[in-house]
Amino acid sequence: MSDRPMSERLSVFKTYKLYVGGRFPRSESGRVYEVTGSKDGNWLANAPLSSRKDARDAVVAARKAFGGWAGATAYNRGQVLYRVAEMLEGRRSQFTREVAEAEGLSKAKAAALVDLSVDRLVWYAGWTDKIAQIAGGANPVAGPFFNLSTPEPTGVVAVLAPQESSLLGLVSVVAPVIATGNTAVVVASERSPLPALSFGEVLATSDVPGGVVNVLSGRTAEIAPTLASHMDVNALDLTGADAELATGLEVAAADNLKRVLRPRTGEDFAATPGTDRLTAFLETKTVWHTTGSLGASGSSY
Amino acid sequence: MTFEYAPAPESRSVVDIAPSYGLFVDGEFTEAADGRVFKTVSPSTEEVLSEMARAGEADVDRAVAAARRAFEGWSALPGSERAKYLFRIARIVQERSRELAVLETLDNGKPIKETRDADLPLVAAHFFYYAGWADKLEHAGYGPAPKPLGVAAQVIPWNFPLLMLAWKIAPALATGNTVVLKPAETTPLSALFFADICRQAGLPKGVVNILPGYGDTGAALVAHPDVNKVAFTGSTAVGKAIARTVAGTRKKLTLELGGKGANIVFDDAPVDQAVEGIVNGIFFNQGQVCCAGSRLLVQESVHDEVLDALKRRISTLRLGDPLDKNTDIGAINSAEQLARISSLADQGEAEGAERWTAPCEIPSAGYWFAPTVFSGVTQAHTVARDEIFGPVLSVLTFRTPDEAVAKANNTAYGLSAGIWTDKGSRILAVANKLRAGVVWSNTFNKFDPTSPFGGYKESGYGREGGRHGLEAYLDV
Repeated sequence: MSDRPMSERLSVFKTYKLYVGGRFPRSESGRVYEVTGSKDGNWLANAPLSSRKDARDAVVAARKAFGGWAGATAYNRGQVLYRVAEMLEGRRSQFTREVAEAEGLSKAKAAALVDLSVDRLVWYAGWTDKIAQIAGGANPVAGPFFNLSTPEPTGVVAVLAPQESSLLGLVSVVAPVIATGNTAVVVASERSPLPALSFGEVLATSDVPGGVVNVLSGRTAEIAPTLASHMDVNALDLTGADAELATGLEVAAADNLKRVLRPRTGEDFAATPGTDRLTAFLETKTVWHTTGSLGASGSSY
Repeated sequence: MTFEYAPAPESRSVVDIAPSYGLFVDGEFTEAADGRVFKTVSPSTEEVLSEMARAGEADVDRAVAAARRAFEGWSALPGSERAKYLFRIARIVQERSRELAVLETLDNGKPIKETRDADLPLVAAHFFYYAGWADKLEHAGYGPAPKPLGVAAQVIPWNFPLLMLAWKIAPALATGNTVVLKPAETTPLSALFFADICRQAGLPKGVVNILPGYGDTGAALVAHPDVNKVAFTGSTAVGKAIARTVAGTRKKLTLELGGKGANIVFDDAPVDQAVEGIVNGIFFNQGQVCCAGSRLLVQESVHDEVLDALKRRISTLRLGDPLDKNTDIGAINSAEQLARISSLADQGEAEGAERWTAPCEIPSAGYWFAPTVFSGVTQAHTVARDEIFGPVLSVLTFRTPDEAVAKANNTAYGLSAGIWTDKGSRILAVANKLRAGVVWSNTFNKFDPTSPFGGYKESGYGREGGRHGLEAYLDV
C-alpha cells in the first residue's frame, strides 16, 4: 500500500543475496527474513536467512580458496585489498544510504563511516607485506643453525561480524583476517545485514578470488554453532556474539582447538586499530637450517 | 663387531631425596589439607623414591590466594630486579645441575646422558634467556608498557619435568606474573627441588607455588576463578577439556599438546646422517616427546637402503640402567604409559604393519619397551595416526615431494616435521608447505630458549620460547 502518485517512476529493488565461493546464491533453504530500518522500522529488503547447510557450503568454498590465497605474494594481497578500497570508494553514495538506513544515522554521519571503512581497507592493504617482519624474525640459537620464525595464516576463519557497526565494523574484522592470507566465512550483522551483502558485490569486482571471503546473513545464533563446531574451520572470531552465545561457541570450538578471538567490550571501530586482529589468526612456523662450517679446521673464517 | 661396555653408572650420592615432601605454598612446605599423599617410583626399578602430599581443592585455593597476594609486590618490582632473581635461579640451576640431572633420571627414567646434556643445560639457558627480558619488555613489540596477567595456573607433563617447568615459570616470572604449578603425578620431585632453588635465590614467598597431584588437582587449578592465565602441556584430549573449562572466562590460554611428526627423507639425503636424525627423532627420551619424528616418510627409491641402515643402527642402541652414562634408551615413565605403548604396537601388528623389534635384553624390574619399527605402514593404520608417545617408529613411503607434503600434513596434529635432503631449494619449498610449528632440516629435536616452539591445528596454540613466548603472559 502506498500513497505515492502513480505517475512517478517506480524504482528497481535489489534482491540481496549471499556471497559464497565468488557467486551470489540465495539461501539453499529458500528462506528470507525482513530487514527494517533502524530508526523508522520501514521495510528495507528481504535478506537471505542462511541455513546450516549454507554455512557448510561457505566453509567448503573458503577451504578451496585457502591454498591459493595463502600462497599469493604479500604484495599481491596488498594490491587486492587496495582494489577493494577503490571499489568501495566508487560506491560511496550507495553505501552511505545503506549505512544510514541500517544504523539510523544522518547522511553525513553515515558517509563518514563509509570513508573510515575505505581508509581501514587501505591501512590493512599496507600491512600485508610488513606483518612478517613485525611478527617473525631470526632467532640466535646456541648452535650451528640458522633459525627463522615466520608467521603463516591459520586457515579458514569464521567471523561473527559486529552487530552494531554494519559496515565499518564488518570491514574492520574481515580485512585483517584476509590480509594475512586466511580465508573467511563471515556472518553479517543480524539486524543490519544489507551493507555486508552489498560489500560482497564490492569484493566480487575487486580481484579477490572467489571463496576468500564468504558472506552469510541470517540468525547469528542459528549459523554460528555450525561454524564453531565445524572440523574444517581453524579459527573463530566471536566479536558479534553476545556473552551467552560466545561461551557456548567457545566450548564447541575446543573440539578441534580452533583459535578463538573472544568478544571485547566497547571496541571502538573508528579508532586506528593495532595489530591484534592481524596476529590473532597467525601461526608461527620456526624452521631450523643446519649451517655447518667452512674450512677443515672448524673455523668459518 | 659387538662392543662391550663396562657399567659406568653416575653416582646417586649427589642427590639427597627426603622420605616425604609437602606442597610448596607461600614459601613453605605444608601437608595437604585433607592429608592425602601419593608415592613416586623410579620407573627403571619400581623403587619408591619418596612420598608427596597430594593437593586437593582446598590447597589449590590456598596456593592461588598466596600467588594473588604475592602478585601485587612482584609485578610492581622494577623489571631489572625481577631479572636478577631469574639470573640467580639460572645460576643455581647450573651449580646444582649434576644433582638435578641424577634426580630427574631417577624419577623419570630417562638416560643420564640426556638429563645431563639436554634437559639441565636447557633449563638453565631458559631462565637465563627470560631473565634478560624482564627489564626490556617495552621493546618486545607488545606495546609501550605491557602488563602481566596476574596468577598463572600451569600444568606440566612428565616427559621433561624440569624443562617444562622452566618453559612455564621463566617467562611467567619475567613478565611479572606469579605462578601455581602442578607437576605430573609420576615426576613431582624436580619441581619440589626447584622450590628449594627458589628459597636459595631468595624469591619472595608466594611468587612460585608447587602443587603435586593428579589430574583432579590440575582440573581444580585451571578452573579456579581467581586464575588469570592457564598454560598446559600434555595430551590433546586433556587440552580440549581445558579449553572447554576456560571458555567464557577471561583466562588467557596456551596449549602445547600432542603430535605425530613426519620425518621426511629424500633420495639425495646422506643416509648415515639421516639415520642418526631418525634415531634421535624417535628414540630421544624413549620417544616420549610431543614433537617426536614418529612417522618416517622415506622416498621409495631409497626405502630399503634407509631401513637396513636404520635397523643396523638401532641394534647398537643400549637399553638399560638410565644412570649408566652409556645408556641410550631408558625406562618408560610409568606402567600406564607402557601399557598404552604396548597396546598401540599390538594394534599396529594386528592391522597388518610389519613389526621389527631391536634385539635387546629387557631388565627384569621396571617399565621397558624395546625400540620398535613398523614398516609397510599406510596412512590408515592406527600407528600412522595416533600419537604413541613411545619408542615406536612407523615407516611410510612416497614418490614425489608433493606426495610427501600431502602425507606429512595428513594428520590432525601439526607440531613438528623433519626434512632430509641435500637440495637447498627443496628444503625451503617443502618447509613452506608443511603445516607444523617447528621444522628441522637435516637435523631433529633441537631446542633453544630463543626459538619459539608450539603447534598448528590440534597440537595446540601459543608459542613457548623466544620473544613470542612473552605474549602468553602479557595482557595483549
